[in-house]
Amino acid sequence: MTPLPALVLLPIVGGGLAWLAERIQPHTASPARDASWWVALGILIVETLLLVLVTVRHPDHAGPWLGHFSTPWIPAMGIAVRLDMDGLSLSLIWLSLILCFLCLFLATRQVTVNAGAFHFLFLATLTGIIGTFLATDLFLFFFFWELMLVPMFVLIAAWGHEDRQRAAMKFFMFTQGSGLLMLLSILGLVIAHYRESGVLTFDYFTLARTPLSPALSMLLMLGFFTAFAVKLPVVPVHVWLPDAHTQAPTAASVLLAGILLKTGGYGMIRFNVMLFPDAASRFAPIAMGLGVAGILYGAWLSCAQDDVKRLIAYSSISHMGFVLLGIFTGSRIGMQGAIIQMLAHGLGTAALFLVAGAIQERLHTRDMHRIGGLWAAMPRLSSTGLFFAVAALGMPGLGNFTGEFLVLLATWHVSPTIATLTTAGLVLSAIYALRMVNRIFLAAARADLRPVRDIPARQMAVFACVMAFLVVLGLYPQPFMTFSTPSPLPVTDVTGQTAATP
Amino acid sequence: MGEILLPLLILCPLVASMIISVSAGRVGTCAIGAIACVGVGLSAILGIILSVMLLSGPAAGVLPVVLWRWIHVAGFSADIALTLDRVSMVMVLVVTVVGLLIHVYAVGYMREDPGIARFFSCMTLFVAAMLVLVLASDLLCLFIGWEGVGLCSYLLIGFWYDDPANTAAARKAFYMTRMGDAALLCGLLLLATAAGSLHIGAVLAAVADGQVAPSGVNVAALFILVGALAKSAQVPFQTWLPDAMAGPTPTSALIHAATMVTAGVYLIARLHDLFAMAAPVMALTAVLGTLTLLMAACTAMVQSDLKRILAWSTISQLGYMFLALGCGVWQAALFHLMTHAFFKALLFLTAGAVIMRAGHEQDIFRLGGLRHAMPGLTAAFVVGASALAGLPLVTAGFYSKEMILSGVWHVHFGLTREWTLSGHPLWGMALLGAFLTALYIFRCVFIVFCGKPGTVATGRTSRLMGIPLGCLCFLSLCGGVIEMPDTLPPLHLFTALLDPKTPLSHADEPVWLVLAGALAPLAGLGVARVLWGRAAPVMREIPGQAAITRLARAGWGMDALYDLVFVQPFRLLTWLAHHDILDQAITGTGRMTRAISGRVFRARAGFLDKLAVWGTRARGWAGHLLGRLDNGRVRWYAAWIAGGLCAGLAMAVLS
Repeated sequence: MTPLPALVLLPIVGGGLAWLAERIQPHTASPARDASWWVALGILIVETLLLVLVTVRHPDHAGPWLGHFSTPWIPAMGIAVRLDMDGLSLSLIWLSLILCFLCLFLATRQVTVNAGAFHFLFLATLTGIIGTFLATDLFLFFFFWELMLVPMFVLIAAWGHEDRQRAAMKFFMFTQGSGLLMLLSILGLVIAHYRESGVLTFDYFTLARTPLSPALSMLLMLGFFTAFAVKLPVVPVHVWLPDAHTQAPTAASVLLAGILLKTGGYGMIRFNVMLFPDAASRFAPIAMGLGVAGILYGAWLSCAQDDVKRLIAYSSISHMGFVLLGIFTGSRIGMQGAIIQMLAHGLGTAALFLVAGAIQERLHTRDMHRIGGLWAAMPRLSSTGLFFAVAALGMPGLGNFTGEFLVLLATWHVSPTIATLTTAGLVLSAIYALRMVNRIFLAAARADLRPVRDIPARQMAVFACVMAFLVVLGLYPQPFMTFSTPSPLPVTDVTGQTAATP
Repeated sequence: MGEILLPLLILCPLVASMIISVSAGRVGTCAIGAIACVGVGLSAILGIILSVMLLSGPAAGVLPVVLWRWIHVAGFSADIALTLDRVSMVMVLVVTVVGLLIHVYAVGYMREDPGIARFFSCMTLFVAAMLVLVLASDLLCLFIGWEGVGLCSYLLIGFWYDDPANTAAARKAFYMTRMGDAALLCGLLLLATAAGSLHIGAVLAAVADGQVAPSGVNVAALFILVGALAKSAQVPFQTWLPDAMAGPTPTSALIHAATMVTAGVYLIARLHDLFAMAAPVMALTAVLGTLTLLMAACTAMVQSDLKRILAWSTISQLGYMFLALGCGVWQAALFHLMTHAFFKALLFLTAGAVIMRAGHEQDIFRLGGLRHAMPGLTAAFVVGASALAGLPLVTAGFYSKEMILSGVWHVHFGLTREWTLSGHPLWGMALLGAFLTALYIFRCVFIVFCGKPGTVATGRTSRLMGIPLGCLCFLSLCGGVIEMPDTLPPLHLFTALLDPKTPLSHADEPVWLVLAGALAPLAGLGVARVLWGRAAPVMREIPGQAAITRLARAGWGMDALYDLVFVQPFRLLTWLAHHDILDQAITGTGRMTRAISGRVFRARAGFLDKLAVWGTRARGWAGHLLGRLDNGRVRWYAAWIAGGLCAGLAMAVLS
């Protein structure tokens, strides 16, 4: 009995419980919202235990895939519920769970309105994310891809800040529209496979063996690429991100920046590069160009922002440019660099959004001019912010640098000019990160600063764990690199294929 | 044994830093100072123990420690690895011993400051990062320390963050060094691609084997040189260091005089084999070093801020080291690095004590006549000034500068096969620099300590601050006798220490070369005495109105130039970026679509309206026409029937 379906279903079922828990008004003194919070925490703990089980359980067969689950869903169409787990999806699921714990400890308790519904949607998003990371049936993948979107839309639209409706709509339009292109691509691939072999199936491993003409494979790959590019985001289609990140409530910002963006990177690795290796390598120059453009453009715009959350959002675009660059260098080094960058960025940016959320909760503003220096009033929060800002600027010894260095190294192999251009992004990242530090942490306090409470020691301990993670990623990334390698292509690797379908 | 002690050397200050930052606000000032001093002190003791172990071992012995595998991927590997060899040993001793003295001083200096915990956690973190930089045997590992010291420097320059000018200076320092770091990273990427590893030994072996193309070696050396120039504030990156004096004085002494800014020198000395194969880059290094040393000396001449004079003098002295590196005498560069760390730390700490007692007055023209009020500090400053000027025989600076000068005299740059460049012009300029050095520093001495009293000195220098000054005085005077020119007793302990097998030879050194090196500072001292030292000085201030003086005082307009060429365009760009252009474009497209669809909707509605109207009208006409048929006359009906029948028959027949 494999725990994979439980892993996927548990959060959404638990979310329903959390909603119910809020409805049943307890007669004790504790407010209702705490009930749903406790349920959500319990669900996450069970989920973590399940994941530990998957992680430590040795698969009965020696193969790169750690877990497998398959059952027919719509047999007439060849659609099955098929879940497979390799190192890449496992490490990204771990990242998701860690970030969910962070949100739960640091952000969602502050939600006062309709906390039960909030937790339900929060956990439903988690289900979508985990499902996306596990699904190896293309139809199922698309299902989870869309499932992830809807609760997030509601979270932004209902619990967001002042301009939430517009931001949520923009987010929905972009991801939904690009998702449709991906659906077309999926259908195109399935039909191509049907014409070729007469078998109607949505199975990832079977479809990967479809012989395709170069033009068709390029077209199909572009459909996938558009969907993932919007999610990652890649520069011309990034415009939903700053608004959505800025307007979302803290927990949703964390989920968006920490994990939702990673689904784009995951998809590119799993579906673009692995399903269409030839088309991807032909497309690589353009993709790398887009990656560099993203790095520089995101950093440049980040330098110009006055809104803390917007600044962090644009810095995310810059960091995700490295992921795109690394994936399309076509080498293992670049891929591993991109994965490390995803993990490090997920942790670091999530922490920065939590810091920004804590500031907004206390001062009710995100405008850096109106925040002023906080070090004297809140040394703990400020030093946390300083640490993660420094991590964001790519300090060696912290996770981001490892990722960026590997990506740069792989890029240098392809083109030294592009790599040199990319290092300019490192200078820009120093500019925006330190600008933020010198505006809101290490600066003279505003005269009208009301007395504020620093973050309590137990929250500091949570942040300290994230810091430790980043240091480990920076100084000892080797286990993660070996662990999170995506499983080899089933097409090229016969043993992998046999192992994958026991 | 050594394998355990070497990581501990770095761990001690690191742990001290973490303890201080975690316990901030909970322990007293004295405890914080004590923790910091103990951390650095332990490190200094370990450094001495390890040095003794290393020196008592075999002549070419090194102490390598691979802590763990960092990044191992196909085609590239890097380790967290440390090596203690003789070059890094010298640096370790400088960093830990001078660092300890400065920490002890800082306990006295920063006692009153509310942010003392932040100060000491940054300082000890800096020492740890600097030790990583020094000890790393892998260039990528070195890069951790390289950026780490930059970060600590940023935090300490902007230590008093209440003044936006300080944080701006801090950011400027970080940005400028970061540009160099980006270049250095490019150099590392190039070497990593070619050699498959960044282990210093492996890189040098790959270069020696010819795995890297000659052009590649040149480009890599150029990239690394740019990184070193930025870190060491050489032309064209020199503008950040004078502004960096916004930090507390112990910081200026430790980071911006003794250790961090010499990291560039150390890096090139480490990679001297690589640079030896890149002749054009070597020549460029030497020329830039000479340019820097003259330009900075001239600038120091016209400054009026005590700390800025010392900052420009640091740039100038680093220029000497780069000159030596460019000429291939890296031993001399390291020797000067060591003595410079002693006397510049002494000068900064003394200046800090003077400024503190003179009521935080930094303008040398408002100070003055302090000789009587603070004789001890005067003596210390004069010792430091003499060592900086390189007064012959009695100071450490003389021996190290002499070694550089003689090295420069002998060098020939083989740029191409037929075109070589003699080092003699550079020697001449370096000699001029020595004269100018004595001139500007004794100008400072005479103005600050002689003449009429300017400010009222208060308080007294505490013992905590006095003892380090005494130690540094001793080192500044006697630290140089371990290496002497052959004209004097031929003592070559330092070069023998660095490289026991092939000590640098000074054999064919003419006597007048040493003599010239000895006379230049004396001449500078004499001129300074004439100009500023009399009871009624010939001139107190160099006329400030002269255009050249104003230009020089502002660092030759480089700040303004950079502001015009880089900062303002960047401001403009960020101003442009205030609204995401792509976002605007896409939002605009959306708006346009909405407008168009609205119009289309209206047009469609109008069209349908018209269609309905037309339809009604047409139906009316049709009804009218049909009505005409239905007129009730039998003749007409019969005619219709007959006509229809004919038409039907005709169609049936004809078809």
